[in-house]
Amino acid sequence: MQVIWQGETIPIDFSLQEVVNRRSGQQIQLCYHCHKCGAGCPVASFMDYMPDRLFRMAQLGLRRQVLSSSTIWLCSACHTCATRCPNDIDVTGVMDTLKEMALEEKIKSRQKVAACFHKAFLANLRRFGQLHEASLMAVLKLKTLNLFSDMKLGMRMFVKGKIALFPKRIKGRKELRKLFKEIRRRGKVPEESC
Amino acid sequence: MKKIGVFLCWCGSNIAGTVDVDKVVEEVSTLDGVAHSQSYRYLCSDPGQAIVETAVKEKDLDGVVIAACSPSMHETTFRKTVARAGMNPYRCEIANVREQCSWVHRDAKDVATDKAIKIIESVVEKVKLDEELYPNHSALIKRALVLGGGISGLKAASDIADSGYDVVLVEREPSLGGRVIQLSRTFPDLDAARDIVLPLMKEVAEHPRIKLLTYSELEEVTGHVGQFNVKVRKKASYVDHDKCTACGLCIKECPVEIPSQFDLGLGKRKAIDVPFSDAVPHKPVIDAEACIVFKEGKCEACRNVCEPQAIDFDQKEAIVEEEVGAVVVATGYSLHPKEKVAEYGCGKYPDVLSGLEFERLNSPTGPTGGEIRRSSDGKVPKELVFIQCVGSRDQEKGVPYCSRICCMYTAKQAKLFKQKVPDGQAYVFYMDVRSGGKGYEEFVQRCQEEDRTLYLRGRVSRLFQDNGKVVVWGVDTLIGKKIEIAADMVVLATAVVPRSDSKELAKKLRIATDEYGFFSEAHIKLRPVESQTAGMFLAGCAHCPKDITDSVSQAGCAASKVKALFAADELVSDPMVAYVDEDTCVGCEICIVACPYEARILHERKKVAAVEEALCQGCGGCVAACPSGASQMRNLTTDQVLAMIDAIV
Repeated sequence: MQVIWQGETIPIDFSLQEVVNRRSGQQIQLCYHCHKCGAGCPVASFMDYMPDRLFRMAQLGLRRQVLSSSTIWLCSACHTCATRCPNDIDVTGVMDTLKEMALEEKIKSRQKVAACFHKAFLANLRRFGQLHEASLMAVLKLKTLNLFSDMKLGMRMFVKGKIALFPKRIKGRKELRKLFKEIRRRGKVPEESC
Repeated sequence: MKKIGVFLCWCGSNIAGTVDVDKVVEEVSTLDGVAHSQSYRYLCSDPGQAIVETAVKEKDLDGVVIAACSPSMHETTFRKTVARAGMNPYRCEIANVREQCSWVHRDAKDVATDKAIKIIESVVEKVKLDEELYPNHSALIKRALVLGGGISGLKAASDIADSGYDVVLVEREPSLGGRVIQLSRTFPDLDAARDIVLPLMKEVAEHPRIKLLTYSELEEVTGHVGQFNVKVRKKASYVDHDKCTACGLCIKECPVEIPSQFDLGLGKRKAIDVPFSDAVPHKPVIDAEACIVFKEGKCEACRNVCEPQAIDFDQKEAIVEEEVGAVVVATGYSLHPKEKVAEYGCGKYPDVLSGLEFERLNSPTGPTGGEIRRSSDGKVPKELVFIQCVGSRDQEKGVPYCSRICCMYTAKQAKLFKQKVPDGQAYVFYMDVRSGGKGYEEFVQRCQEEDRTLYLRGRVSRLFQDNGKVVVWGVDTLIGKKIEIAADMVVLATAVVPRSDSKELAKKLRIATDEYGFFSEAHIKLRPVESQTAGMFLAGCAHCPKDITDSVSQAGCAASKVKALFAADELVSDPMVAYVDEDTCVGCEICIVACPYEARILHERKKVAAVEEALCQGCGGCVAACPSGASQMRNLTTDQVLAMIDAIV
């Protein structure tokens, strides 16, 4: 069987569904497209594909389309979808799995900022043990070259004392780094940031 | 001198709140012919009815007017009341002063009161002209005719016979079993179809109260409920079934092979053959169009090997006449022919099958012994495409209704395919998956989960043959993209349609069909197994598409209706029917044409119209149609209506 996607003929690949099912521990083929997930999702209107459509594409083996979608990165992990799914599919879990797969296969998403944000956030945590907003913002701005968009908000927060200039150094930094190393080792997650 | 009693009900405050009940009682008591006038709070209650009864007895009333709610509420109640008091119940009439008076004139009490008086007055005039009527008693033959030897007919026949009544079962094919015996396994528990229907077939064939007429067709039905005269044409099988021992030698010797109708053309049979190995009765039949003896006068190989000398080429058709009291119509269904579906190959591609043809392939008694193989080259298909809704839900090229069983049997067929071809892949193109019965949704979910059957939502636009494969062009609306599958075999879930001759049969039976040819029920919710003709009951898919569970339920229900009919000793019917004033009738026969229940006939000798009272439903169509006024309704004659109008105006 083949899917004809914008002029391109893509033969069906059942292995993608199997991998996603195994890694996420969910049965995505159970989805019967009631759209309850998309209906409740706070960011669904910004996604290129609704979660159920993404599952369908995964079932048909449309690897590149799934992993480059903005859906997986826009997912805020609020779990509204997973709570409401009548087939008990942990949609958020599947999104997490797809995020990991996209990173592993180095597939660039249409949604550029989110992936970047995730990585910068984690790198920041790993370094300081506790999130240092100022350096996170700095890194994010530089990486996305979007320097001035949140200026106003930033200034107001700074004036109110919400943004510390210097990071707080926690005591268990070494242990935290060990934690990160172990996770990386187990999950085989690549080290570099975006 | 008429002695009419008028009883006005307050109905609590429903009537009394608007109508001045005392004034009405007062005014009505002065009417000519009224011997008793009284009101009561709730006339339909026990004490209320007791008041009516007492008054009828004490004052020897010969007519009663109950001024109360609508007759559809309590006409029967009050008729029973007066009957208990010894008065003829058909001289008890209801004057509706609630729905037609107090409830619609709540703001105008004076008007309501006057109107109530007028209504009662008019009904009093009607009662004055009412006849004493007595229910009709007619003969009741406690024997049932069941048309159709499929699962519905078998169930109905068996139930009726088990209750102690005789049954005649007419089946047009040489064997019982209908459609169910053509199936391999059934949903949702994947039982073998033969295990469901074969015991029933055997039971019916051996039942002492059931007369089995297989290879027979209904020729004619006359008469009415309780007394139908039926003519059945026993087709010539050219085999004396009493002598035949079913040894099978004749079949072995026969040199002629023809496509088997039971296998829908996928398999072969001999010119003399039984339709399938489990046939009940297991007696062979000669297909005269294929047999060399009839075509060329040669051969007779079968006769030569038949020890009991059961083969008789001179056998003729016979007409069997039976008298029955009720008929159960269980003639089953047909499928929308794939030859009519141009975009799916016009029936020309050997690897494009209908759902029923797939069942034959999958059956151990089928042409391939149950192996799923392509008709084109005998190979086992790996990519199998199922298409639902072929001809169904299609106003343009098919039928607009849903055939109800296809979603379920497609899921089942996909599962059965995977059981036999574990490395195969099944695809199902659907619009919806309708699985409403008990255990159905769970079954479909299992079929989708366990076998990795891919359900693709979208209608297939076309199929075409390409290099030994059948290419399917569809869409998966869930991703919104086109799909192309190079299938080894395609199974079409074609629409369930009535048998091609159902409308002709309906004419013979004088029952109604809908626009498609399915037999019409009397009331879709309340009377689903009765036709509009008294004494004719419906069961199974002849009524509308349904699954085996519902067919069997309906057949049992139809059997109950027959048993209820037979429970009385005579047929008692409502006397409020039409009658003919023979002096006025000119014999124009317009009423005969007008009657929807075929209850009018022309009297042979007198050449005037007559009413078959057992069939008449009192609709009044003939009264309206009659140009001379000879046709009238008992206790609702033109004179009565005019008298009522005079009273009001």
